[in-house]
Amino acid sequence: MTRTEVDPQARFDEIIEAGEKVEPRDWMPEAYRKTMIRQIAQHAHSEVIGQQPEGNWITRAPSLARKAILIAKVQDEAGHGLYLYSAAETLGVSRHELNEMLHSGRQKYSSIFNYPTLSWADIGAIGWLVDGAAITNQVMLTRTSYGPYSRAMIRICKEESFHQRQGYEIMLALVNGTEQQKAIAQDAFERWWWPSLAMFGPPDDQSTHTEQSQAWGIKLETNDELRQKFVDMTVPQADYLGLTVPDPELRYDEDSGHYHFGEIDWDDFWQVVKGNGPCNRERIAHKTKAWDDGAWVREAALAHAAKQANNSKGAEK
Amino acid sequence: MADPHELYTFLLRVGDDNLILAQRLGELVSWMPELEEDIAVANVALDHLGQARNVLTYAARMAGPDASEDTLAMERSEREFLNAVLVEQPNGDFGQTMARQLFVDAYQVPFYEALATSSDDTVAGIAAKAVKEARYHLARSSNWVVVLGDGTDESHQRMQAGIDAMWRYTADLFFTDETEEALQQAGILPSFDNIRGTFDDTVSSVLARGLLALPEDPYQRIGGRTGFHTEHLGHLLPDMQALHRANAGASW
Ligand SMILES: [Fe+2]
Ligand SMILES: [Fe+2]
Repeated sequence: MTRTEVDPQARFDEIIEAGEKVEPRDWMPEAYRKTMIRQIAQHAHSEVIGQQPEGNWITRAPSLARKAILIAKVQDEAGHGLYLYSAAETLGVSRHELNEMLHSGRQKYSSIFNYPTLSWADIGAIGWLVDGAAITNQVMLTRTSYGPYSRAMIRICKEESFHQRQGYEIMLALVNGTEQQKAIAQDAFERWWWPSLAMFGPPDDQSTHTEQSQAWGIKLETNDELRQKFVDMTVPQADYLGLTVPDPELRYDEDSGHYHFGEIDWDDFWQVVKGNGPCNRERIAHKTKAWDDGAWVREAALAHAAKQANNSKGAEK
Repeated sequence: MADPHELYTFLLRVGDDNLILAQRLGELVSWMPELEEDIAVANVALDHLGQARNVLTYAARMAGPDASEDTLAMERSEREFLNAVLVEQPNGDFGQTMARQLFVDAYQVPFYEALATSSDDTVAGIAAKAVKEARYHLARSSNWVVVLGDGTDESHQRMQAGIDAMWRYTADLFFTDETEEALQQAGILPSFDNIRGTFDDTVSSVLARGLLALPEDPYQRIGGRTGFHTEHLGHLLPDMQALHRANAGASW
C-alpha cells in the first residue's frame, strides 16, 4: 500500500505516536486544526498586545541604554507576533481574520497583559517574571506536534531568554540602588508574582483543554507541572535579589525538592479573563484604534500596488 | 585651532536631532497600521537612538568628568537642546510622520556623507556608520510617501497635508552659524555647501513620483539650533526626563 492510500487518521495517529511533526500538507483532524489555530492565534495576539504595557515606558526609560533595550524588546515581541501569525496561516486562516477575532473578543490573548505598568520596576518584573513564565511554557512548545508552531517556538525562545535576563538585570540594578528604587522593585514584584503564576492556566483538575492537547502532542506538560517548574526556578532568584515573595505559605519542601506555594486567587483570574481586569478595555481599545487609524494607509498600499500591476500589464502589451 | 566648545555645540546639534526624533518614533511603537510597520518604526527609532548615543557620548567627553550621554539627555532643559525644530514636531497621522521622516532622511544622507570625511576620526566613524542607516531610512520613507501620494484620494490628501505641515520646519535642519564656520576653518568639519542641493533634488524627485507638491507658503520657522524651540519640545522633555531627574545620581 502506498502512503497516499493509508487511512489519513491512522497516518496522523502514527505521526503523533512517533513524536514526529504534523506539517501543513498532512491531513489532520478538524478538531486538531481548530485547537492549533486557537492556540497559535492566542499566542500571537499575546505577543502583539504585549507591546502595550512595555511600550508604555519607552518614552520614559530612565537611561538611553535602557531605552534602547526596551525598544528592541518591544520590537522582538511584534516580530514574535509576526512569526506566529505566519504559523497560524499555514492552517488556512488569514492574519486579518485573526485580527478581527481579537478585536471582537472572539479570540483572547494572555490575561497577564491586562495588568498596568505603574513604575519602571514593572518593566523589570515583566521581563523577569512574565517572559520567564513564557519561556517555561515555550520550551515545552518547541517540542509540540505541529511543525510550524514548534519551529516558531525555537526561534522565539532564544529571544525570550534575552528578555528574561534583561528584566532580571533591571531588577538587580534597582535592588542595589536607592531606597526608593528598592521600594518600587518590591512593589512591582508583589503585583506581578501571582498573575505570573496564573499565566500557566487553571489547575489541572479544572483545565478543559489539557487532556486532549496532551493526547495530540500539543501540550507535553500540564499547567501545574509547568507552574511548579517556574516557581522552583524563580524563588531562588527572588531570594538573590532580596525580594520578598508575597506568599506566607511559601516554603521549600525537602522531601519533594520543590517549593510549596499558596493558592492562586482563581476568582480574580477568571474575572480578568472575562474582561474585568484593570486594563482589558484599554488594551483592546488601543489595538482597535491603531488598526482603524491605519485603515487608510493599508487601503492606499493596496491601491498603489494595483495601479503598479496595471501599469506593468499595460507595458507588456 | 577651534575651541572644544564649538565641537561640543556642533555635536549637541547632531545628537539632539537624533535623540528627539527617536523619542517621537518611540511613541509610535504599537500604534502603526500593520505589525510590519511597528517593527520598522522601532528599527528606525533604534537607529536614531544609537546615533544619538554615539554623538552624545563623544560630546560628554568635552563636558566634564561627570558628564555622560545620560546627563546630556536627561539633565538639560528646553533652551539647552539644539535639535532642529522639525524633529520635535508631533507624529500626527502616518502621512505627517512620513513627511517628517522623508525630510530628515533626505537631509541626513548627504549630511552624514559629508561628515564622514571629517578630520576628527570619532566624528567620521560615527557618520560613516550612520550614513548606511540613513540610506535605508530614506528608501523606506520615500517609498511610503510615493505609495500614499499615489494610493487613494484620501491618502493623497493626507500625504499632501503632512508635507504642507512639515515643510516649514525644514530650513532649520540647514541652519549653521559661527560654530560650524570655526570648525570648518580649523579643518575639522567639511563644507556643507552641497547638502541643501542634494536634499532639494531628493525631495522634489520623491514628491514628483508621489504626485505631490511643496506648499506655496515660503514661511520657515528656525531657531532650534540656538535653543529657540516650538512649544512641543517643552512637553516631550519632562516625559523623557522625569524618572531620571526624580532619582538624582541613581544607576539603572
Ligand atoms: Fe515574545
Ligand atoms: Fe519576550
